Amino acid sequence: MADLRIRLAGISSPNPFWLASAPPTNTGYQVQRAFEAGWGGAVWKTLGDPIINTSSRFAAVHFNGQRVAGFNNIELITDRPLEVNLEEIYETKKRFPGHALVVSLMVEPKREKWHEIVKKVEAVGVDGLELNFGCPHGMAERGMGSASGQQPDLVEMQTMWAKEAAKTPVIVKLTPNITDITATAKAAARGGADAISLINTINSLAGVDLDTWNTVPHVGGKGAHGGYCGPAVKPIALNMVAECARNPEVGIPISGIGGISNWRDATEFLLMGSTCVQVCTAAMHHGFSIVEDMIDGLTNYLDEKGLASVNELIGRSVGRYSDWGDLDLNYAVVARIDRDNCIVCNKCHIACEDTSHQCIERHTDDSGAAYLLVREEDCVGCNLCSIVCPVEGAISMIEVPSSDPPLSWNQRQAAITAINPDNGGDDSGEKEAV
Amino acid sequence: MGDSLSANGAGLSAEELRRNFAEVKPGMRPKEAIEESNRCLYCYDAPCIKACPTGINVPSFIKKISTGNMLGSARAIMDANPVGASCSRVCPTEELCEGACVLNHSSKPIRIGDLQRYATDWAIGSGKTLFQAGPGNGRSAAVVGGGPAGLSAARELARFGFSVTVFEAKEQAGGLNTYGIVSFRLPQSISLWEVEQIRKLGVDIRTGIKVGEDVTVQELLEQFDVIVLAIGMSKVPMLGIEGEQLDGVYDAIDFVEATKTELTEEMAGKRVAVIGAGNTAVDAATCSVRLGAANVKMVYRRSREEMTAYDFEFEFAKQDGVEFEWLSMPVRIIGDGEGKVTGLECVRMRLEPAEDGGRRRPVPVEGSGYTLEVDAVIKAIGQTRYLPLIEQLGIEHKRGIVTVDPVTFQTSNPRIYAAGDVVFGDGQGEAMVVSAAQQGKLAAYSIHQTLVERRERHG
Repeated sequence: MADLRIRLAGISSPNPFWLASAPPTNTGYQVQRAFEAGWGGAVWKTLGDPIINTSSRFAAVHFNGQRVAGFNNIELITDRPLEVNLEEIYETKKRFPGHALVVSLMVEPKREKWHEIVKKVEAVGVDGLELNFGCPHGMAERGMGSASGQQPDLVEMQTMWAKEAAKTPVIVKLTPNITDITATAKAAARGGADAISLINTINSLAGVDLDTWNTVPHVGGKGAHGGYCGPAVKPIALNMVAECARNPEVGIPISGIGGISNWRDATEFLLMGSTCVQVCTAAMHHGFSIVEDMIDGLTNYLDEKGLASVNELIGRSVGRYSDWGDLDLNYAVVARIDRDNCIVCNKCHIACEDTSHQCIERHTDDSGAAYLLVREEDCVGCNLCSIVCPVEGAISMIEVPSSDPPLSWNQRQAAITAINPDNGGDDSGEKEAV
Repeated sequence: MGDSLSANGAGLSAEELRRNFAEVKPGMRPKEAIEESNRCLYCYDAPCIKACPTGINVPSFIKKISTGNMLGSARAIMDANPVGASCSRVCPTEELCEGACVLNHSSKPIRIGDLQRYATDWAIGSGKTLFQAGPGNGRSAAVVGGGPAGLSAARELARFGFSVTVFEAKEQAGGLNTYGIVSFRLPQSISLWEVEQIRKLGVDIRTGIKVGEDVTVQELLEQFDVIVLAIGMSKVPMLGIEGEQLDGVYDAIDFVEATKTELTEEMAGKRVAVIGAGNTAVDAATCSVRLGAANVKMVYRRSREEMTAYDFEFEFAKQDGVEFEWLSMPVRIIGDGEGKVTGLECVRMRLEPAEDGGRRRPVPVEGSGYTLEVDAVIKAIGQTRYLPLIEQLGIEHKRGIVTVDPVTFQTSNPRIYAAGDVVFGDGQGEAMVVSAAQQGKLAAYSIHQTLVERRERHG
């Protein structure tokens, strides 16, 4: 059976499944229940002050009958006094010494404030600290959370301040509400962070009530943007993790967060360079017991792949993530429809006809049965038909051999420049320089 | 009769017979399974778990299907129920897990049985071994009877590290699942896969050995630390009417069992009367239809309301074209000069309220005698007990129903435990395969507790 133990920047955990700093990790009772259920680690809900309770605070986006495709909150950080939290953190660590217990922190951007909180928290015995530079609402108004997380210089400086006092590893949690995630990731690394975790929630408004015209959620008839998370944000999070993982200037371990609901999602984050993953929405939807299938599913997957340890999986797909300019322009696939599996719903036909390249034809065979056929010479290999196809195995995208050798945009431009240095590329800036 | 069913009075070809006895219900297709598994709410403290006699963690195994963790799903099922693949096909799910599903109140219940079959079919197809035996604990157990209860006990004892030997009288283990449930509902290969899973744990399954004949009770008691008695039930009892010895009178258990190994033309074109209205009677009736009988009637002295077969069995029989003679009691089987069955003489019955307020009592209607012209009579009026063996074991019983402690499944001999049909009856136990499996598990747990844990505690 594969070994699931991991180490994130020196923090050991029995498995890569952690609960993210969020409502599920608000109290010792909850974190201990989570550890009993099998979670390998937890990031304690952000400590700080003052205590403010917003009511109501959550909303969800349901999609075609499936509940909680996305989740939105306007809740703030901890709703309990620091002393109570510290006492429970101490008790929890004592009961579960082998689990990873990290505490999330957020204070005003002042050096002495960071020193003070770091010392207090480390004094009760924790495995690491996570700096919350991501919360997009409530705290940002006071220069904290994403307000400081959106400015690389503030990220770097505050990381440095925390590191000055910290004896345990410091993880910096990044906000996705920024154009280039690597800018703040690099700033965290420059500030001495031992690891980064991402993503925090994305600015969002869950909905508008068609009867009352109130926002969803609303607080006494008024709404404000919240933070979005849950399955819907996974692709955004995965890209940001991958961008950080492949950037050598970031160069520190990653804890992946964002829409992870099961072992498959988690495995994708591990492949894209996360050493561990953090989960919140799925646990809020189904309870802590979901970790059982995460552990079981990942273990069976690793066994199936012949990998002895989860560490052999981490980052295995990072090298395959690149820039568009490095993609092979001569690579081609075409759609092929398997009549045995096709149920003739015609969804591929209309998708192609109306919105792509008009190359899926409708035919009738000698017995009068309808069927669909791809005119392969016109197919651009866009995948759309296979995406809308509701049936497994009906449409496959088949690689067609290219008569030309692989050539990327960057290679193409370099080749043109080499042949004709005066007329190379179409970058006018570069042309002037030549 | 179903459209695809071939039975026109003439003999059936081997291919038609094979088709008639092939599993009726197709397995779920991948898309169906994904859609259905994602519909499960993953309830906390889910009622379906409590409704399953073996306590399968239903939401967990369904969640695993939805995440593509098929091995984990199959393990979750088979861990709780060593005959979980058979049970996915034979359990009365609408009375158990699916009946308890909370979605009954707002939509349709989750198709738990079908999903369970989907996961276990995957396991069968994968060729994987799901469990391993525990490290040897130096203790030995003899399991008498390789049916659901015996196999279940054997599997759990092997996982606890016992050296386990199963003694099975028939050629193959699996008991009712291998021989007693019609092929078109439970193909024999499913049951034999379950047997194989248990054999792979190092359990020595000795088939073709009758305890009490080929090996004595005394030998077992000398050679093993503990005995689990899981011998089930025996043949159908005598009706006690004239003509029972005639050629063309069958025991339903034997009759169904024969179809599990070979399909013959014996019933082709015949008119068949099945006496009884339980699940075995339905099995005998539908088997007759599928063997090509020209007409099949179930004869029952009470009415539809008192019929003990599950509703879905009754529906199934109707779909197969089986006819029903309610309120009719056979009084004589009529034969011709050659000793072959030619008719079944019956009298009409009426139901009178029972004095104690129990089940209504059938009373013959005077002068209502009539004769059904039939070529075969199949008796399905219950099963007798293996009394001689039970007597040899010298354990307490009530007319062959072995008395056990309801918690430990220990018999009056502290070294003998009993589970399954051998303890069913007289208000004790349950008749379902899934209950037998659970009893086997529980017997194994209490054996482990008594022989290993308790001793360890006392040094």
